[in-house]
Amino acid sequence: MLIELIVSFFLLVGASFALVGSIGLARLPDFFTRLHGPTKATTLGIGGVLIASVIYFSARSAGLSLHEALIALFLFMTAPISAMLLAKAAIHRKVTTRSRVPPRFER
Amino acid sequence: MDRWLPHPLMSATIALLWLFLVNQVSVAQVLLGGALGIAVPYLTSAFWPQRPRLRRPWLLVGYVARLLVDILIANLEVARLVLGAPQRLRPTFIEVPLELTDDFAITLLASVVSLTPGTLSADIAADRATLLVHALDTADPVAVCAEIKARYEAPLKEILG
Repeated sequence: MLIELIVSFFLLVGASFALVGSIGLARLPDFFTRLHGPTKATTLGIGGVLIASVIYFSARSAGLSLHEALIALFLFMTAPISAMLLAKAAIHRKVTTRSRVPPRFER
Repeated sequence: MDRWLPHPLMSATIALLWLFLVNQVSVAQVLLGGALGIAVPYLTSAFWPQRPRLRRPWLLVGYVARLLVDILIANLEVARLVLGAPQRLRPTFIEVPLELTDDFAITLLASVVSLTPGTLSADIAADRATLLVHALDTADPVAVCAEIKARYEAPLKEILG
């Protein structure tokens, strides 16, 4: 019962942050601000769901379940890189933006 | 030694990753992980000309812990911004002059900047001396730049040497 409550808590926290990330994607005004949603809130959203998964599977079967940590690790490694490539492409294509790109980076 | 075990740190990481992946610790899996840890760096050593140095690896623990706390706090901040009034945001590009010179270190810093909410690494100058950072909402770009340098770059410099 207690385990279920804790697992539910982390699932809800994770889901809320994932939702906020998606809302950000829809509501933010331009390309670069929209990039912030998926790289940030989503990492914490996934983090919450993964913590719930670790607790659930560790409690259900004998032994600690830790392979969820790998998902977090690879997400933390790949999310910034995809965001950076998207930003680079956007600068290159000169998308309309509310923030001024420093001229030396406009290539 | 250098030929068969070109990247001891990477070997250890791969062995550890393998144990996480199979989600169990047994003699067989430790041996298999060790074998992978030797085989993968050996086969891919051509892609890794440099060996990243960790001068003070123990400081990494505190750095990662602080990073996780920062990610948590700043996520709440971004949630507030997103759910508030997005039209009133003051997004800005900030040029952060880098003191780090090693490619691996710069990659780490760029990732850290992207993961901490409110800022995003967008590009790096051709001479690798300036990181272009996009801030979601800031009134004082100079302060953001100083914070990135003091809070995230300086400890990395100390850890990686």
